This record gives sequence, C-alpha cells and structure tokens, in this order.
Amino acid sequence: MDHFARLGLPAALDLDAGALDKAYFAQQRLWHPDRFVAKPPEERAKASAEAAALNDAYRTLKDPLARAVYLAGLKGVDMPADGKTIDDPELLMEAMEAREELHEASTIQAIEGLAAKSRDEMRSSLARLPSLFLASDKPAIRKALLRLRYLEKFAEEARARRTNLERKA
Amino acid sequence: MSLLEIHEPGETPLPHADEGTLAIGIDLGTTNSVVAIAREGKPAALHDETGKALVPSVVAYPAAGGVLVGEEARLLTAKEPRNVVASVKRLMGRGAADLHAVAGVMPYEIEPGTGETDMVKLRIGGKARSPVEISAEILKALRARAEAALEKPVDRAVITVPAYFDDAARTATRDAARVAGLQVLRLVNEPTAAALAYGLDKGSEGLYAVYDLGGGTFDFSLLRLEKGVFQVLATGGDTALGGDDFDRAIAERMLEERKTDGLADTVDEAAVKNALALARHMKEQLSDRDQTSGRLELDGVPSFHSLTRAEFDAMIATYIERTLAIARNVLADAGMTADEIQGVVLVGGSTRVPLARSAVAGMLGKPPLVDIDPDEVVALGAALQAEALTGGSDTLLLDVTPLSLGLETMGGLVEKIVPRNTPIPVQLAQEFTTYQDGQSAMAIHVVQGEREMVEDCRSLARFELSGIPPMTAGAARIRVTFAVDADGLLTVSAEERTTGVSQRIEVKPSYGLSHDDMADMLYDSLDNAEQDMARRLLAEARVEARRNLLALEAALARDGALLSVEERELLDAARARLEKSIAGEDREEINAAAEALEALSKPFAERRMDRGIREALAGMAVTDLASRVGD
Repeated sequence: MDHFARLGLPAALDLDAGALDKAYFAQQRLWHPDRFVAKPPEERAKASAEAAALNDAYRTLKDPLARAVYLAGLKGVDMPADGKTIDDPELLMEAMEAREELHEASTIQAIEGLAAKSRDEMRSSLARLPSLFLASDKPAIRKALLRLRYLEKFAEEARARRTNLERKA
Repeated sequence: MSLLEIHEPGETPLPHADEGTLAIGIDLGTTNSVVAIAREGKPAALHDETGKALVPSVVAYPAAGGVLVGEEARLLTAKEPRNVVASVKRLMGRGAADLHAVAGVMPYEIEPGTGETDMVKLRIGGKARSPVEISAEILKALRARAEAALEKPVDRAVITVPAYFDDAARTATRDAARVAGLQVLRLVNEPTAAALAYGLDKGSEGLYAVYDLGGGTFDFSLLRLEKGVFQVLATGGDTALGGDDFDRAIAERMLEERKTDGLADTVDEAAVKNALALARHMKEQLSDRDQTSGRLELDGVPSFHSLTRAEFDAMIATYIERTLAIARNVLADAGMTADEIQGVVLVGGSTRVPLARSAVAGMLGKPPLVDIDPDEVVALGAALQAEALTGGSDTLLLDVTPLSLGLETMGGLVEKIVPRNTPIPVQLAQEFTTYQDGQSAMAIHVVQGEREMVEDCRSLARFELSGIPPMTAGAARIRVTFAVDADGLLTVSAEERTTGVSQRIEVKPSYGLSHDDMADMLYDSLDNAEQDMARRLLAEARVEARRNLLALEAALARDGALLSVEERELLDAARARLEKSIAGEDREEINAAAEALEALSKPFAERRMDRGIREALAGMAVTDLASRVGD
C-alpha cells in the first residue's frame, strides 16, 4: 500500500497539511501501540507494524520535498538514493560555488543572506513542480528534485555554520 | 487545580481483565522520585505521613541489615557513608567504558562488569550491586507507598525517563521495574509526561514547549496539542547543564572572596561540599527575595558573604543563554518560530530561578505556565498515562527518537537510517551491498549520534551477517532494518535479499550513552559540520579510489598479458601513487592520482573490451553473426 493510500489521501503533489494531520491522527488512534497494551502479542505486533508504517507515511508526506520525491518514484522517475554524489555537472558546479561562498561568509548576516536566497529558490522551484508533473516530464522532474535536494542540504549546512558562529561569539 | 475528565461523559472506560488493581505513574529521578495515581482523569502525588511527595533517590544498606530508601537512607550518609548510594540513575545502562564520564561525580567504589555486555556494579555495604537492583529498591519503596495509600495491590506502572535516555538506560529501567515486581506499561519521556499533565488541565490546543531544567540536565521539547493528541515535534538538550552549575558559581565566588580577605584555606573536598551546600541555600533564597547572605565556616574560620539577585543573575547568564540556544535549535529542527508557541511548561526544580523564568518568558513573549509544582508535574503526567493505558482513553501520545540511529559504512562513515525526531514506533530500512568480489560476510555496526564519522558517534552493537553466497562486488542486496518501538527500544535485523540469508538481533548495547556524551555529540555535530564535510569527502575519495584499485587488480590478474612491460610499469607506478595518496590526508592528491591512473588504464580497459567482444563472437558462424548484427 502506498503512503497516500494508507492515509486515504489522493496521490497528489499538493496536500493540505490539515487534512494530512487529521488522517494521520485518526489512523494512529486505531493503531498506536498504547491502544494495545492489554492485547495478545500477535495483535500488539500487528498494531506496532501498522503504527510504524503510518509514521513512515506521515513523515514522508508531511515534508513537501520528500513528498515530491516519493510521488515521482510512484510515477516511475528514477531518483538516486539520498546522499549519493550529484551526477548533474551543472548542478555540481552550482553546489561547489555556493559552498565556497558559504565558507567565505564570516558574519551571521552574510550566512543568513545565503540561506534566505536558497530558501527563496526552494520555494520557487517547488512552485514549478506541479507543471512538470502535469506534463509528466520525467527528466525535468528528476533534475528539479535533485536541485531541490541540494538546496535543502545547503540550507542545513548554512544553519550548522550559523550555529557554529553563534557559539563562538 | 481542576482537571478535565479524560473520558467524554457517557463513554465508559474499557473493561479490563485485572480490574481492581491500579496502575501508578513513577518519576524515577536522579535526585528525587515521586509516585502518583490518577483516577477519573485526576492525578495526585502520593505523600508520606509527613505530607512529602518527594522521595530522595537514595538507597542505604545499613550495617545492621535491611534496606532503607529515601529520607531515612539519606540520614545514614553521615554515619555510614560507604553503605549509602545516591544518584544511581547516572549509572543506569552504563558499562566500564563510561566510567570516565562519572569519575569524580559518583563517590563510590565502582566495579566494571566482567563481560562486554555487563553493566558496572557498585560496591555498597560490602557487596557488589548493580544500578538495576539499587533502582529496584527505590521502585519497591514507591510501590509500597502506593499500596499503603491505595490499600490495594499495585503491579503495573508507567515510568518516566529523560527524553535523551538511550537504549541501554531504557532497558535497565525496565529491568529494575521487573525486579521490583512492576510490569512497565510504557516508558514515557519526562517532558512528554509534563505536557500531558498540563494539556489535560487546560484542554489546550496548539504548539507548546516544555523547558525542563533539573539539577544536572536540561531538556527542551516542542509538542503540538490537538483534541487529546500529544504530538512531540522535536526534542533536544544538554545533560551537563543545570542548577548544580549555579551552585558551583556561587561557591567559587565565596571561596574567592575568602582568598581576597587573606584567608589561607585548604580547598579540599569537605570545603567544597560546605561551600556548595551554602551556595545552594543562598540560590534558593534568591528565588523570592532580592538579596541574601550566608556564613561559611571552613576549618573553624568563619566568613560572611552577601549576594544580590542582580549579581547572581550576572553569574548564571551564560548558562541560561545556553538553554535558550538549545531551545532555538529545537525550534529550527521543527521548522517553527518562537511566536508560534502558545505556552511553555516549566519542569524541574531549577526553573524556580527567576532569571530562567524571565528568560523563557522573554524568548517566547509570554509568561510560562507554573500552576503545577515543577517537582511533581512529571509523575502526575505518568499517572495520567498509566490510567489511560489501563482504563482506555481518547488521549494519544506520539513521541519521537531523540538521537539519530545509523550504520557504519565504508571508510568509517555513518549512514543515518533513523534521523533524530522521527516519530515512533518506526521501521526504516536501507540497502547496502558488498565491496569485494566473493565477499561472504558483512559486519554490521550500529551507532547512535549526529556526527558524520563513526568514531565520533556512540557504538550500540555489532554483529555479522554471514553466509552471503559468492557474488561479484556490488551484486548482493543487503537490507538492514531498524525498528524502534513505542518505548524507544531498538531492534536491528539484516537480510541478504537475493538469497534470503537473514539475521536478526535485539540491540542490547554493552553500555549506555552517558548523558554528557549525548549532549556533546549533538553540539559537536553543529560545531563540526564543516569539518565533518571535509572528512566525509576525504573518506569518500578513499573508498572510491580503493574500489578502483581493487577492480584494476582483478582485471590485471585476468588480462595482464594484454599489456607491454613498459605499460605495466607505468600502470604499477600510478597504482603505487594512488595507494600512497590513500594513506595520506590530501583529498586533492587522491583525486589527482586517481585521474592519472584512470587515464593510464584507459587503453588497457579498451583492449580488454575488444578482447571480450572477440571472445563473444568467436566460434559463431558467419550467418549467426549476420543475424546478430541485424538485431
């Protein structure tokens, strides 16, 4: 059963956060191990497995990027596993330059500026995804998702660098 | 304080097989413990004859025989110091390797366990006793208090643990309960329990924070409350930060003042203990007045010290700022901002310090919730959950993993499988493959922590998946599954997917993560993210280079005859250069050497390919060949 079906939601890029929470809480009310404390072991094991699957589904669908990557997988877009080397030379160049810029940024404002820029780019890239999905343009979807993944990673690095600077201050 | 009913009117609690027995809630603390019971959604701490709810977490094995727990045990400290043990919670799930972490903190004779999976033991009252059996004595005393108050047998409990407790410490806590004759219905994280106590009281909805500042530990958790659902979004902490630091600051100041006054003290353990006791008293006084003073007597020489609230605030400002920095990080983890928080719950005795309260209020822009006694709030929440689990209720508690769980991969890197703040229970898997041709076994090393390199994370368990049938490197599909249950306990299993060779282990770490280690690991991960990145790139370059070397070696062994002597010499020199660079620390050099080797070996690879094609075509009839070409 795919994550969308498990939560009784339409398999779509655009997902209402409130509807997702509502569906998730309703299912957890049925399956959370706390409801099965006094039940026989087989029932407890089944509940635990169901609750775990629900958590996996929720966690994936809640994050817009993870959701898009998952949906792309359902639609047959071949995505490399997370954390693997970037295989798009253009993106690789962009990533290297941005990392250098981040490395040279020595004030919190400078770092925050770079982070804000990558957040803006993430937002606009996410906004362009629906039309790519609509057109079922698999290579373009793959390219866009890889770039989004990189932007997310960059934002994390910027945060780590910022925390590091703050702690030194 | 009036509490809302857990059950809707008209909705009857689920009938239960052992009706008649009650389930209690226990806050098994480092310094103090509390037992509470909830009935019809109303929790209450159980008091002793003198009206005290707090039971000091102290156990004594008097020379005269028997066991004492709580205040009586503490009173024995002066007379029989070697027969009394306090703060045993710090040793739960700890092994010999953790001893350095508690050295100096635990003034006991500590014996490392004999086997690798053994927890340490304490030599108390002339006998080696494990932290599990000592904790069990505290639990037995709490159980007895509950049975006396309720006039009913009690055999089930919800016990709270710090959100940061690792697998070993959680398991040890469950074991202690079993020794005490209690069935643990659920281990609940302390901040979550505190929120539970408040959430039901207020019938609140929205985003809430729990700021838990104890004697030696700090925890900050973010929860979302919605129609009886308690959803933990993120949690973080520092377990070497708390009220003890404040005491130490005051004590140091007083000793310094004596020195300035020309008093020649020998600052030994007794002097420090005296100064700390007075410091603690002065700190408590400053919670509801603007200044205080105290008399310190060392070696019969008295001195008088005054301290204003403003001075005290200045002394502890950096500690409070650290708690706020952690809080900001947890907010960032959850993708939230401070103004989205509806309310903040204060837990732990150190939140009585006014600066802590005002700093929290300032950061979040609203006064903290302090209606429930911060010493009792965790036990009250545990009692509510105990009732919910036995009686049935609409409350739903959704918690998360505090630290990332992962595996060691090639080059000493950590592959995270379950990231921190993942909702539990959870089951996540990842596929790995073999690295060498014909590899028949794979070592699985389970680690916990946020850093990129294995050596910087905590090792939880090791096992080996053996019996992998011989295959070429990269052909095997080894699926490793991490399952974390609702108590936060981990089980790891591994399976070779192409043949179904399966192995499963329950992770029973040989020793637990120390609290300090956990905080350090989290901080280090932030501090060292950049450095980690460089090390990760270096490690990756090495792995890649070694892989290429192995592939080339195999090819040379098979088809070395395709090369002239000169070509072979050049290639061997390039191989040597790459091997040498792998041993070094320079990633650029590894990449350069790898590129040089690749360029040199290209003609060899082409010749091998040609030969491969020729062999494939050899022996075919011309007609076959034609039809093939036409395909």
